[in-house]
Amino acid sequence: MSAIDAELSELIDEFELLGDWEERIRHVIDLGKSLDPLTDAERSDLNKVRGCASQVWLVTGRSPDGALTFRGDSDAYIVRGLIALLLRFYSNRQPDEILAFDAKGGMTRLGLEGALTMQRSNGLFSMVERIRRDAREATAAA
Amino acid sequence: MNAPVIVSGSPVTPAFDVAAVREQFPILKREINGKPLVYLDSAASAQKPRAVIDAMIHSMEHSYSNVHRGLHTLANETTDAFEKARESVARFIHAENREAIVFTKGATEAINLVAASIGLTLNAGDEIVVSEMEHHANLVPWHFLRERKGVVLRFVPVTDEGALDLDAYRALLGPKTRVVALTHMSNVTGSITDVRAVVEAAHAAGAIVLLDGAQAVVHRPIDVQALGCDFYVFSGHKLYGPTGIGVLYGKPERLASLAPYQGGGEMIGVVSQDLITYADPPHRFEAGTPPILEAIGLGAAIDWLETLDREAVEAHEQALYDRAVAGLEGVDWLRMLGTAPGKGAILAFTVEGAHAHDVAQILDRYGVAVRAGTHCAEPLMRRFGVSSSARASFALYNTLEEADAFVDALLKAKSFFS
Repeated sequence: MSAIDAELSELIDEFELLGDWEERIRHVIDLGKSLDPLTDAERSDLNKVRGCASQVWLVTGRSPDGALTFRGDSDAYIVRGLIALLLRFYSNRQPDEILAFDAKGGMTRLGLEGALTMQRSNGLFSMVERIRRDAREATAAA
Repeated sequence: MNAPVIVSGSPVTPAFDVAAVREQFPILKREINGKPLVYLDSAASAQKPRAVIDAMIHSMEHSYSNVHRGLHTLANETTDAFEKARESVARFIHAENREAIVFTKGATEAINLVAASIGLTLNAGDEIVVSEMEHHANLVPWHFLRERKGVVLRFVPVTDEGALDLDAYRALLGPKTRVVALTHMSNVTGSITDVRAVVEAAHAAGAIVLLDGAQAVVHRPIDVQALGCDFYVFSGHKLYGPTGIGVLYGKPERLASLAPYQGGGEMIGVVSQDLITYADPPHRFEAGTPPILEAIGLGAAIDWLETLDREAVEAHEQALYDRAVAGLEGVDWLRMLGTAPGKGAILAFTVEGAHAHDVAQILDRYGVAVRAGTHCAEPLMRRFGVSSSARASFALYNTLEEADAFVDALLKAKSFFS
């Protein structure tokens, strides 16, 4: 089992304890509140992910062992919470692990289907695209 | 037989029968997340009545062909239906004649057409007057002229209530003003522009007037000749018709002197190796195969709307808005954007402690569809000092119970962020 899959099954256990969607959403909002915010400087146009309804920022880094690290932020609470989840999947992973992971499927297994629609108004989809692009570029550069 | 199917249903009655109207919108029976759909996003795009769906299906199944080209039966039938739709539009907005109606793919394309063609006659330093409450569709085409021709954009300010500041507008007009391009009804606040005052002042200054009627045409009877504007544009899909079809109305003398926008089939007079002449309006502006089915669908939407008492429709929509506002009275965490008297049934708002995106997502869980974002009106968001807002827009098929459901869902949504 890959590290991402292990994280997913841990999250599935965590979410199974929650009841209906209201509790799930409250939990997602709490996750968002506990996410370390980016600095004003990091909330730059360069780090901005294309969205419309809400804004999303993503900062990509690289560990000495080749893993990609991600930090993210949003001005909307639910989006922040979903970013927190995505970061648990994606941050500190090797590029090939990132590319092998189906984020949409993962979200669905957490009972959060619809979180990653292709709507441009939802910056999360674009965020996953950017994470995957960074992983592809890291693979190509290796 | 080539006429679109006219829906059977409620005849004109003074008392507006919303239940009978709802019956004609198949999608309104849907459930979202186990809750009845409460569709309050009609200002973005309205749902379609059976009459529109049937007219388009009928055309495809029965008499589909290209228009203005063939000589066979189907071509004649479809051309008749297409031109009949143009007549419906002309009648609906009281245009001088059907040649004053140009079909476009939407309000956006209609404004781009006018801006591009008028732009050919403008020079650096010429001024175009727009307002802080314009949709981007009525800003970006003029910005193109600023970038490409050195034209100057002058913005009419919006009052704290969200109304156009008429005094400031008059002060902006001058000898260099060539075009006044304003919304008839704000897509964010529902504010209605005093068009006659706008037109009178613009014409006195020698400027032509384009009105963005994408919202107003849905909620108010429109008489373009009485309004006196030079151009009036709107989309089909907000008017209970299909996407992909819009209307540019132009005063006949304005259209006659307007250069063509796109080139292609059916917009020409003569084409030779060193000469082309152009067809007369409206065909001059309809290059290529037009959105035929969509035009027929729009015609059907208008014919259907005309079976309703539109004053009663307006009163009904206003009652929905008033009900929602009354339900939210005294709520101190809600800010409404736009409170001008006489405004339409659009409720834009922000919620303290939650982003509009959050609010819209939670409301969706309760089956309530609202819009969240900048509503393609970033200058207006800036004017109100917000980055985004949520928007509930009411349509003729909404009910008082739905207005209540919206209020209940909003109160619940707030509890997630307290």
